[in-house]
Parts: sequence; structure tokens; C-alpha cells
Amino acid sequence: MSERQIELEVLRYRPEMDDKPFFQTYSVPCQEEWVVLDALNYVKDEMDRTLSYRWSCHMFVCGSCGMAINGEPKLACKAFLRDYQTKIRIEPLSNFPIERDLVIVQDDFIEKLESVKPYIIPKQEKPIDQGEYLQTPAQLKAYKQYSMCINCLLCYSACPQYALEEKFIGPAALALAHRYNMDSRDVGRSAREHVVASHDGIWACSFVGACSQVCPKDVDPAGAIQQVKFTSAVDYLTSFLPGGKR
Amino acid sequence: MARSAKAVPWFLFAAGGTVIAFILPVMIFITGIAPAIGLFGDALSYETMHAFVGNWLIKLILLGIIVLAAWHAAHRLRVCAHDFGIRADGAVSIVVYGLAAIASAATVVALLMI
Repeated sequence: MSERQIELEVLRYRPEMDDKPFFQTYSVPCQEEWVVLDALNYVKDEMDRTLSYRWSCHMFVCGSCGMAINGEPKLACKAFLRDYQTKIRIEPLSNFPIERDLVIVQDDFIEKLESVKPYIIPKQEKPIDQGEYLQTPAQLKAYKQYSMCINCLLCYSACPQYALEEKFIGPAALALAHRYNMDSRDVGRSAREHVVASHDGIWACSFVGACSQVCPKDVDPAGAIQQVKFTSAVDYLTSFLPGGKR
Repeated sequence: MARSAKAVPWFLFAAGGTVIAFILPVMIFITGIAPAIGLFGDALSYETMHAFVGNWLIKLILLGIIVLAAWHAAHRLRVCAHDFGIRADGAVSIVVYGLAAIASAATVVALLMI
């Protein structure tokens, strides 16, 4: 194991004492196999206890440690130091207000996530003693990829449309709406439609695809949104035919 | 929130995108580059092409290609305008879709005159 000295330039902002955000540099003795999160933990444990950031699992499952590393939205636990030069710049995820240091305010996303009803809406509630809902492998495959989302918000940080249009429902929430729409146990598509197929829903997306590039779980939100655009466009046009759903 | 009518231009945009990706490069080669570098000899002469386009089926196909490509371009420009920070979606839509409508009408007239 070899050791390497890394210069971490971390954006600091403590609203009660700092007028505006500023960069603080820490010189951290790092092991070669460390990730950026390990370096931050070293700072927190050994150098500066006042530094605030979110993290929990250290294994790309919890989605807490999203931050901009050298300007790119990344999970700090998935950003290996061996892929970086000696100097690494760490900032909170862009497109969100800063709560404190690297911690962002997530309220906007949480509200949008709730608005798309991200849970199974069954045709009929089934009592537990009637057993599980069964699904074929093909039915599982239809939505599994979109169910891998860990709400890390890297996609919102990368999305140029969300940066321009704050009301945009955004990649993760729309991909999760698609995840439930594609689930054979769910009949909630029309209940989600008034948000998903609205002006601020899928139609605000111009298919830049940055969300899918930065997604650490290969959810491909851009692909999900394209699929929803097609089904919603068909819905919209057929709604004018006799017998169509309005 | 109401369902958005953007579904309509998006369908034209999506269809036009497919046409532009698959057919337009070949059309440009056959009608623009190939005759210029002397490929196919007289097969692409004015008289032959005029007779070819006189066929109703060919007219219909050409109409589809040109109209869809025009609506694709219009919608792309609308999105570009938004990306460039122009915050007047209504006015932009009227201009770009208006141009696409004029181009569509002009195509119909031109094809009918052949």
C-alpha cells in the first residue's frame, strides 16, 4: 500500500458565520486505494471536525454522498483517488441551495418525488393471507432497471433543463414514475399522468442525456423519459378519438 | 397540472428525426453529390427526375420526407431557443411552427405543379 498526499479544495459555507461560500484546502495523507469519501472522513476525524457532508453506506447504495468532484456530479464513495491528480476540488451538487458546507437542501426534489406517487397503486388491495403478487421474469425486467434509483440527485445536478427551469419535475422522479407505470402490479398510470405528462413533466426534457451519463446505478433516466414521451403522446392523441380517455 | 399539447409537435419531431437520420443523408447524396461528381450518368438528368417525381407515389413519399423534416427542424429550433435562454416560448413556437407550416404548404404546391 502506498501513501499519497492529496490537496482537497473543499467548498465551505456555514450560514451562521460565513457571508459567502469559500474554498478551504486540506492536505490529506491518503492511501492509494481510497475514495474521495475516505479522504473527507480523514479530514473530519483527524483535521477539522466542523466540516459537514452527508454519507452513510460507503458502497453506492444509500445515495447520500453525492457532490461535485472537479465539477462533475459523483458519489464520493465511487470516486477513486487513483483516477485524480494531486489536487481535487469538492463542491456541493449544483442546482440546489447549500444547507451547510457540502450538504444541499433536497426539499424541492422530495416534493417532486411525492407528486409522481412513487409507490404501487394496485387495482385492488389484497389481504396478506392471500399471499404474494406473482410476477414473471419478463414482468420484472420491464421495470427493474428504473427501480435501481437511489435518489442521489446526481442527475438533477447534471441536468441543464433543471438548471434553467426550476419547475421541471426532473430525471429521477420521472424515471421512478415510469418504474411504477411499468410494474404489472400497478394501475396508477392515469393518476400520475397529470404531473408526468404536463408542461413541467416529460415535455420540459430536451433529451440532452446528461442524467444518464452521471447516474451511478445505470438507471438511464433519459431513456425512461423518452419512453414516457411516446406513450403519453399516444395517450394525448387517442384521447380525441371516440371512446378515448380525457 | 394539465396534460401538455406538446405531444403533437413532439410526434412530428420524433418522426422527422427518424426521417432525417435515415433518409435525408441518402437523399442529399443521390440528388446533390452523386450528379455533381458524375455518378449514374444520365439517370439523374432533369428530364428523368422530372418524370420520376411526376409519379403520385413518389410525390407522396417526398411530401412525407420534406414536411416531417421541416417540423423536426422547427421543434429543434424551439428547444434550442429555450436552451439559449430565450424566455418567450409562445412567440418562438408561433415563428418556428409557422415557418414549418409555410414550408409544408409550399411543398404541397410545388409537388402539385409538377
